[in-house]
Amino acid sequence: MTVHNIRHGDAFDGGADAVGGRLSRVDGPAKITGAAKYAVEQQLKGLTYAALVESTIASGKVRAIDSKAAEAAPGVLKVLTPDTIISLRSASDWFGTPPPDKPYCPLARDITFSGQHVAAVVAETFEQAVAAAALVKVSYDETPAIVDLSDGKAGDGIPVDAMTKEWGDASAAFASAPVRICAAYNTPREYQAPMEPHGLIARWEGDHLTVWEPSQWLDGMARTYAEWFAVPFENVRLVSPYVGGGFGSKALALSHGAIAASAAKMLGRPVRLVMTRPQTFTSYGGRAATRQTVTIGADRDGMIQSIVHRGVNETSIDGMWVEPLGSVTSIMYATPNFSSKQNVVRVNSVVPGAMRAPGENPSAFGIESAIDELAYEVGIDPLEIRLKNYAEQDPHAKKAWSTRQLREAFAAGAERFGWARRTAEPRSMRDGNQLIGWGVAAGTYPVRRAYGEAMVRILADGSVEVESSSIDMGQGTYTILAQTAAETVGVSADDVVVKLGDSRFPRAGVTGGSRLAGVMTGAVHKAATSALDQLIGLAISDPRSPFHTLQANTLVVANGRIGSPRGDGPDVSIAELLKSIGRDRIEATGDTMPANSTAEDRYKNYTTIAMALPHTEGDYSRHSWCAHFVEVRVDEDFGTVRVSRVVSALDSGRLYNPKLAESQWKGGIIMGIGQALLEEGIVDRRHGRIVNNNLADYLVPTNADVPEIEVISVGIPDLHSSVLGGKGVGELAIVGMAPAIANAVFHATGKRIRDLPITLEKLI
Amino acid sequence: MRDFSYLRATSVDAARQAAALPGAMLLAGGTTLIDLAKCGVAEPDTLVDITHLKGLDRIEIDERGAIIGALARMGHVADHDDIKSRFPAISEALWQAASAQIRNMATIGGNLMQRTRCPYFRDPSNFSACNKRVSGSGCSAIGGVTRGHAVLGTSDACIAMYPGDLATVLVAFDATVRLGDRHIRVDDFFLLPGTTPDREHAIEPGEMITAIEIPSSAAAHRSTYLKVRDRQSYEFAAASAAVGLELESDGRTIRDLRVALGGVATKPWRARAVEAALKGKVLEPEAVRAASLLAVEGAVDHGANHYKIELAPRVVARAILKMGETA
Ligand SMILES: Cc1cc2nc3c(=O)[nH]c(=O)nc-3n(C[C@H](O)[C@H](O)[C@H](O)COP(=O)(O)OP(=O)(O)OC[C@H]3O[C@@H](n4cnc5c(N)ncnc54)[C@H](O)[C@@H]3O)c2cc1C
Ligand code: SF4
Repeated sequence: MTVHNIRHGDAFDGGADAVGGRLSRVDGPAKITGAAKYAVEQQLKGLTYAALVESTIASGKVRAIDSKAAEAAPGVLKVLTPDTIISLRSASDWFGTPPPDKPYCPLARDITFSGQHVAAVVAETFEQAVAAAALVKVSYDETPAIVDLSDGKAGDGIPVDAMTKEWGDASAAFASAPVRICAAYNTPREYQAPMEPHGLIARWEGDHLTVWEPSQWLDGMARTYAEWFAVPFENVRLVSPYVGGGFGSKALALSHGAIAASAAKMLGRPVRLVMTRPQTFTSYGGRAATRQTVTIGADRDGMIQSIVHRGVNETSIDGMWVEPLGSVTSIMYATPNFSSKQNVVRVNSVVPGAMRAPGENPSAFGIESAIDELAYEVGIDPLEIRLKNYAEQDPHAKKAWSTRQLREAFAAGAERFGWARRTAEPRSMRDGNQLIGWGVAAGTYPVRRAYGEAMVRILADGSVEVESSSIDMGQGTYTILAQTAAETVGVSADDVVVKLGDSRFPRAGVTGGSRLAGVMTGAVHKAATSALDQLIGLAISDPRSPFHTLQANTLVVANGRIGSPRGDGPDVSIAELLKSIGRDRIEATGDTMPANSTAEDRYKNYTTIAMALPHTEGDYSRHSWCAHFVEVRVDEDFGTVRVSRVVSALDSGRLYNPKLAESQWKGGIIMGIGQALLEEGIVDRRHGRIVNNNLADYLVPTNADVPEIEVISVGIPDLHSSVLGGKGVGELAIVGMAPAIANAVFHATGKRIRDLPITLEKLI
Repeated sequence: MRDFSYLRATSVDAARQAAALPGAMLLAGGTTLIDLAKCGVAEPDTLVDITHLKGLDRIEIDERGAIIGALARMGHVADHDDIKSRFPAISEALWQAASAQIRNMATIGGNLMQRTRCPYFRDPSNFSACNKRVSGSGCSAIGGVTRGHAVLGTSDACIAMYPGDLATVLVAFDATVRLGDRHIRVDDFFLLPGTTPDREHAIEPGEMITAIEIPSSAAAHRSTYLKVRDRQSYEFAAASAAVGLELESDGRTIRDLRVALGGVATKPWRARAVEAALKGKVLEPEAVRAASLLAVEGAVDHGANHYKIELAPRVVARAILKMGETA
């Protein structure tokens, strides 16, 4: 739980406190000064330290583990192997599918990827644990591994029928189209690389487990721990006050968590386990590598007649990850004929996972590159061809858009960027050795919705507390919930304290899919409204209230004071009112669940994603939209690409806090620059192992790689999408950045790069 | 990382004596050494901390040249006014090396001694074969991921690239490494891998770098360091060039030219063939580009690093032409 002193936004931001105001991050000062304590920084009595031992082969079996030397090493308390670790139960998946009735062992005997956890050492100090882990000798019976998608043994994979989307007769329409584009687009393994590595402290007290762990989903992870250890859900407490970045990777309880919690139980002492940076590349999955072919049939004016799309993504040998590659392909442009199908291919890697805009991100790289190729083929400006094929409704769901400000985004972005001054020919703009290119691409992300719960408390001193087990991983939950409560109750945001990151608080679903802000502002709004109603009700009805004699129907609360709507009669502070009626607090818990929901429904809503509402539910199709305009400079001798200018116009509906939304968008854009130009997990094909598993070799953009970025909000409130009218923010902006850059690189050089990242050797 | 003892040296002699013992290693800024200890590559029994030795961080410059103490910090040297004006390539190379935080910690002596970034070298628990770590164990890189490996100076035993920027400049300007009283040219200080890639420097146990000495020259005065890489900052070179140029009084004929390559070779690589081809010639783009191709004479690629053979001459040519433009 956390208390923050609110920092107001810039001096000129009038009304920063209200929803829609530019309030600065309320958790900022604590983070900047180091006062913020992250999950694994807890100092606990009797704390012990665990270090992991990982497989050094990608495929095979553990023959034997010799742990004698490790056990004899100084400070060692326990060596955990598949034979010595306590047995756990299998847990349900994130849809809540009941697990198979069999034990779960987080330490592997059957090896399916390099870096798999095979043993762990617990010692009195971190250094002792690490030193002893190096002494554990594991011998293997190795079998040939399927290294990646291009491995001859990989095959075509498994069709995922649920991904098939078809209408019209796409192949016939393609065959008869006068203009045809067909190309293959590849994206490599990419990694979330959050600043804060994964890790946890686990402590047992009887059959109660407390886990301090960075988490994007306290209640979902608590459920998994509870099921693993066969204890009631209520017995597990997850604490995650701050999260140093997740990007999708911190939503689930992972095997390292099971190992640490098992060790804590076996030892009867708290255990801390933090991953090394290299381990963050193999202990959980990054974005799956993908391959897509996109074929477009069009007429000579660039009107699309047919799109045929085939996609493949990697998954692991025994896990299933589907990266929905047709998600953008099927909705971005109007086409009478369409076919999209997808396979997954099993390779010897850790099971891939969610990473900022899973599905939409690689999907957009395919279709937004292909439409650019079509533009050059028919000789139409890349922006114009997008407008020409604009989808006036959802072409797949055949429903109206709830809101789609994409045309406005193209217009606003093009205007600020100066797109009209672009010369059409590739290689037509240069500055000395620098070839200059301008590219455009669009992006989109569906509005994911669920139900939320929150508690709002008005205290005797007139301040307001908000509690929720949702989390803030830097995206601004603390801040916008303070704004929501402040506006709803009628106090200043200074007087609101938001407490998050403890599963004892009212429950929350996953912070993923850009849904949390919409869900939680709705829940806090509801709880705050009901607290306010109680306050006003008491003010009117309580005989001790100064308003009792007024005979008013209602009262208004503003700036922490209560008065009558017309301003006649008494005017007292909330604190004075509570004192006069003898109350020390008013408390309300609100949720946005349907009225007839059962306790089981609620549990399901907060601990699984099964209750999430489809974005095409009812009459509307709900999505956020964006248009990126990018300038690159490519050194014609060296092949180095630098992004020199970005203007993006984005439709995330209503913004609860534009300052924070802009930061999220810029973060997505910067991550998109990394994806386009730098990021790639490089596999040693003989060993099936990622070799650039550290931040000196896995490159993400530095400040020097990031130009001035201008972001423009073109959204309007979308009440079909959320209670307060916002759509998704966090994931949107990365979608479409990589193709915008690739398109700009083509404009600069005349070379079409269809394999990310666009490193220099591809251009010289 | 296993246990080791820590010893703070109080004099150069004490440091050298302590470091002569088996298992002892000198510790300067620690940005290479601690990193390698965490990877399990360096397994010191004793760390001899030399950062408290007095006077070894001095930078002295007169008309003969510059003497930079082994403990001068990278950031400090990069920012030194006389270095910037008389040896611009040194300052530029350091500015483009590593990150601000590392430059604040790292020393010049440690910088010369930094080890290769070969990923196989850095991961002993997964790749036991590495001739540089364990002589005769084989080379995991050959046949593996080679995008960052050397194309010049390689052997069957090792193709690891020397990643430092500063030493590339030093080799271009005939600098000397001072090991106390023993002075050795930088070019001779770094060894080719040959059959003994585990031996990287002409330094004996119990020796310590005390300073580097760079003679003044007109070419050093008119010099630059051009570093090309995918990421704009905080990345090792895909290819780099240190170039110094002196023109005749006609302002176009090349009197002296120094060229060295970084990011492409197993040691800092002097490109004397390029220098020889252009000395006495008029500086003009065609001739420079043609001569620059000689920089990669004899280069051998291992697949993914082929681009370096294309790239390096272009970097050299650009750097020479850029120097030609400055008056
Ligand atoms: C992420 C990262 C990126 C980097 N990028 C670059 C780059 O782009 N360009 C670049 O040039 N460098 C780069 N470096 C390397 C960096 O410059 C070196 O780590 C640094 O210069 C080493 O100096 P130090 O004082 O920290 O040496 P230490 O780590 O203390 O020592 C390194 C080695 O030198 C020995 N040693 C130290 N001092 C002496 C001495 N006086 N005499 C004899 N032996 C000695 C030590 O025993 C040890 O073996 C990078 C490093 C990292 C970690
Ligand atoms: S290239 Fe050299 S350093 Fe790399 S694995 Fe081979 S021998 Fe070791």
